[in-house]
Amino acid sequence: MAEVEETLKRIQSQKGVQGIIIANSEGIPIKTTLDNSSTVQYAALIHQLVMKARSTIRDMDPQNDLTFLRVRSKKNEIMIAPDKDYFLIVIQNPSD
Amino acid sequence: MEIVHVYTKLRSEFGRQCLSSDRTTPLLDVRPQPELARNFVQRSSRDQALQACLEMSEHQVNTKRFESDSRGINHVEGGWPKDINPDEMEQTIRFRKKVEKDESYINSILQLGSVMEHYIRQNNAVDIYQEYFEEEEEEVDESQEPPSAKTINIFRDPNEVKRTVSGLSWHPDGGRKLAAAYSCLEFQKTSKDMSVDSYIWDVENPNKPELTLRPGSHLVCLDYNPKDSHTLVGGTYSGQIVYWDTRRGSQPVETSSVEQSHRDPVYKIIWLQSKTGTDAFSASTDGQVLWWDVRKLSEPTERLVLDPAREENLDRALGAISLEFEATMPTKFMVGTEQGTVISCNRKAKTPAEKIVCTYEGHHGPVYALQRNPFFPKNFLTVGDWTARIWSEDIKESSIMWTKYQMSYLMDACWSPVRPSVFFTVKMDGVLDVWDILFKQSDPTLSVKVCDSPLYSLRVQDNGRLVACGSQQGEATLLEICSGLSTPQKNEKSLLAAMFERETKREKILEARQREIRLKERSRSEQGQEEEARREEGEEDPEQLIARAESDFYNLVETELKRRERTE
Repeated sequence: MAEVEETLKRIQSQKGVQGIIIANSEGIPIKTTLDNSSTVQYAALIHQLVMKARSTIRDMDPQNDLTFLRVRSKKNEIMIAPDKDYFLIVIQNPSD
Repeated sequence: MEIVHVYTKLRSEFGRQCLSSDRTTPLLDVRPQPELARNFVQRSSRDQALQACLEMSEHQVNTKRFESDSRGINHVEGGWPKDINPDEMEQTIRFRKKVEKDESYINSILQLGSVMEHYIRQNNAVDIYQEYFEEEEEEVDESQEPPSAKTINIFRDPNEVKRTVSGLSWHPDGGRKLAAAYSCLEFQKTSKDMSVDSYIWDVENPNKPELTLRPGSHLVCLDYNPKDSHTLVGGTYSGQIVYWDTRRGSQPVETSSVEQSHRDPVYKIIWLQSKTGTDAFSASTDGQVLWWDVRKLSEPTERLVLDPAREENLDRALGAISLEFEATMPTKFMVGTEQGTVISCNRKAKTPAEKIVCTYEGHHGPVYALQRNPFFPKNFLTVGDWTARIWSEDIKESSIMWTKYQMSYLMDACWSPVRPSVFFTVKMDGVLDVWDILFKQSDPTLSVKVCDSPLYSLRVQDNGRLVACGSQQGEATLLEICSGLSTPQKNEKSLLAAMFERETKREKILEARQREIRLKERSRSEQGQEEEARREEGEEDPEQLIARAESDFYNLVETELKRRERTE
């Protein structure tokens, strides 16, 4: 438990990080540093995106799998680390 | 020579099986006879290509317009297991706590956390999307690219009965919206079920207009207020002026009274520069130019009758079809008339007679468009009959430059706001022409066939890249001009200034020469007249003049024929 907290605190303290969301494989947010409505929106939308990305990679090559997904937009960057049951979403404002 | 061999068979023998047997003597023997070959000539060999393959043909298909509408989706929480009610805080918190205690959760989060940290640090260390060569100008390919214009969107009149797009105006801030005035300009073709609405379109959405404007009668022209982008003023077919505020909705805020307005359709209305930002002026074919304050549309603030004799006589007034006003010269304005003259006026003159400063004649038909060059305000462009002409304010006799006579009538024109030497014209055959007078003066640089129906109006957006043109069938087409024609070139302004000066000087010289010739003629005819006055009284009547002209002509022809016979 404590290690999880520590890890999250470490990530939060990095430069430019705006928010962290941990969601499970069904899109339910477990832990978050943002407000509720944004969290729900992010978790639902990103869950769909990750499913689509993962299926794309696996369709092209069944041995392959998705390890990381970065979505860069004008305002910030959304980084998603997927796992079997959970995924970790971090929203960061890039250095420039 | 017929080779025929007849053999008979009994009817009862039909259908019998074939019994073949050998024979040594043939039934018929035709041997080759080379002598016959002399009757024939060998044909020259011919190459014939053959290909055994599938036959294919090319077809083009255009799908029907796909109407799309934007709608929002409301996200509600989901995915919770069946036994947990997402609205109950306690249950959700309990679920979350349970998950957090799970072994696999802890392991995966630790692992994901370290991966994520690595990437975050990477982001902070190096900007992977950094532009290295940002400020380089693309120079090389610009001049070699052929000019082009691409249609981006077509805004169609949503009503059943299509009306002409007679006026267009871009939204002053950035040009995301386009206001289009729809009316039927043909005499008595307006039917009762023709809708009077005009629309404001959002550039991105051609399916549905953003706002509908509902005036009392058809709008012939309209203009966005350059100072206040929410207000518009429009001139209607009935001669009234209508004022809208888009924040207030589709109904006009105010309409001018019928008695005080124009008596003919208002063909052009433009906002003026004033401290209050509420002044506009309008022109119509009834011969008047009226000034209005939009806060009080019950009567015009000022009136000018376009009588060339400067007598304010409405019966002799020229009908106005286009107006011109440049914000940098607020006291002067110009009016283009139905009779083909352009009248330059001064607003600040004391008496109405002095208001009309001078006239420029040159067109054979109504002057449909009139605009000063935004970079060289002394020169203005007019369009009427089959030509487009460029004038200089100083030369009143004729235009300094003109295009050759086109195949169809020119209906509207405007200068490009970014390139001083480029202007656009639209024609009755549905073609949009882009003219670059520094590049080629005899032909348009680019001719684009926009649609099959005549184009009636044209407006360039302030960035110079987007052009909207309106057709008779109610379609407003939005085109994007290639960057070669919408980015200013180096030295363009000075080259164009030199060109205008040269043409102006040429006209001045021609004018001076004409004046000399006329003076000579006059002095000669004065002498001649003194002699004639001793002989006759009064003028020769027209028949004698005609008879004299005829006899002169025949004499000329005969002398010419005789001369030709002599030389042969």
